Amino acid sequence: MADLHLPPTLPPLFAGLPRQLDVDAATVAEAIDRLDQRWPGLRDRLCEPGPVLRPHINVYVDRERAALDTTLEVRSRVDVVAAISGG
Amino acid sequence: MPRVIVLVGTRKGCFLLESDEDRHDWSVRGPFCEGWPIYHAVHDPASGTIYAAAASDWHGAGVWRSGDLGESWTLSSAGLAYASGDLKLSKVSGLTVAHGRVLAGAEAAGVFESSDGGETWSLLSTLDGQPGRGDWNDPSKQPPGHLGLPAILPHPDEPDRFWAVVQGFGIFETTDDGASWTPRNRGLRADWPLDDPEVGYCVHKLVMSPADRERLYQQNHCGVHRSDDGGRSWVEITDGLPSDFGFAAAAHPHDRDSFYVIPLDAGHGRCMPDGRAAVWRTRDAGATWERHDRGLPQHDAHLGVLREGLAIDALDVPGLYFGTSTGQVFASVDEGETWDEIAGYLPGIASVEVAIVE
Repeated sequence: MADLHLPPTLPPLFAGLPRQLDVDAATVAEAIDRLDQRWPGLRDRLCEPGPVLRPHINVYVDRERAALDTTLEVRSRVDVVAAISGG
Repeated sequence: MPRVIVLVGTRKGCFLLESDEDRHDWSVRGPFCEGWPIYHAVHDPASGTIYAAAASDWHGAGVWRSGDLGESWTLSSAGLAYASGDLKLSKVSGLTVAHGRVLAGAEAAGVFESSDGGETWSLLSTLDGQPGRGDWNDPSKQPPGHLGLPAILPHPDEPDRFWAVVQGFGIFETTDDGASWTPRNRGLRADWPLDDPEVGYCVHKLVMSPADRERLYQQNHCGVHRSDDGGRSWVEITDGLPSDFGFAAAAHPHDRDSFYVIPLDAGHGRCMPDGRAAVWRTRDAGATWERHDRGLPQHDAHLGVLREGLAIDALDVPGLYFGTSTGQVFASVDEGETWDEIAGYLPGIASVEVAIVE
């Protein structure tokens, strides 16, 4: 199970979505797929057609910058960050 | 007793201003839509649903909807995407509700439709084959803040007929629900060279007189124009205005010859001239213009109003409402003669629409 942390901009869009949850997935893309199955539309908030991660959506796996095909270990920590600056 | 609701789309969410039909005492609710930038919010009188076109810098584009006048909101972008690799949807720019469906204009330029109340969307047209289409989808030829296809004007009686505005290229009419299109820019002025005389016109706001289906007006980058034949030809009616530039416009609901614009300086500032706020009205189809500024700030008021920033209601004595880039909303309940500020500290405003609800 990966330890997945989401940005605060996401939970208000999906009923019941927490900021942190455990996800059984082999890659970042698979983790997002798991979330999308439970909260339809969530993939569109993080990915563009391709699919690729949206600009300004940054994903880190165990503190290393990651892409959709980055593999996850059993206890990987995955941080999804919306790179918000300014007002 | 009917209630009047002014729907305000801002850089940081949607707001609802509400009054009784006297339109003197207003309450403000919001921000809604999680603070997402709202390009255009509209109300569907048939279903009572509010729709708000949005684009987040981080989470993409979508359409928010509320079936309970703002108490709860849902976001959907299901189907709001281009299948082909050459077009990318960056924002939903404009919304129109007509004949039991919602139409959305998008950037890159395309028309999407929803027949299930905004839950899912499908692509109706990208105006393939129209003159200029290659250029308007070329990012190197797009200005900052490009809106793509920001407006769709429906025909009230003919569901398959509507006009689409492509930013910087002009008006295109379809009479077969987007299967084919015809440019409708004849007689317009462009202060720059054109590759094709049929297109290349910068239409900022297109409106139809509710009193006459053939009477259209537009505020263009280059002047104000009127059509008496459903857009097939245009005549310029700018003479008498302080500037030929502006964005917003509104047609009187009961009088085909009355029409409103808000002229702006044409340079980088794009604010009301001389720091003095005013709305201009014609009551003779553009032959003459009247300046109306009573109640509006007349000193150091550098106010901008964008293309969806002016609305008019359909009550017997219509009320007008405009929102500024600096977050003020002004209202007039005497057809533009006098004005009051009804909200003063909202985020920058992109759109203002008005609904009458029971």
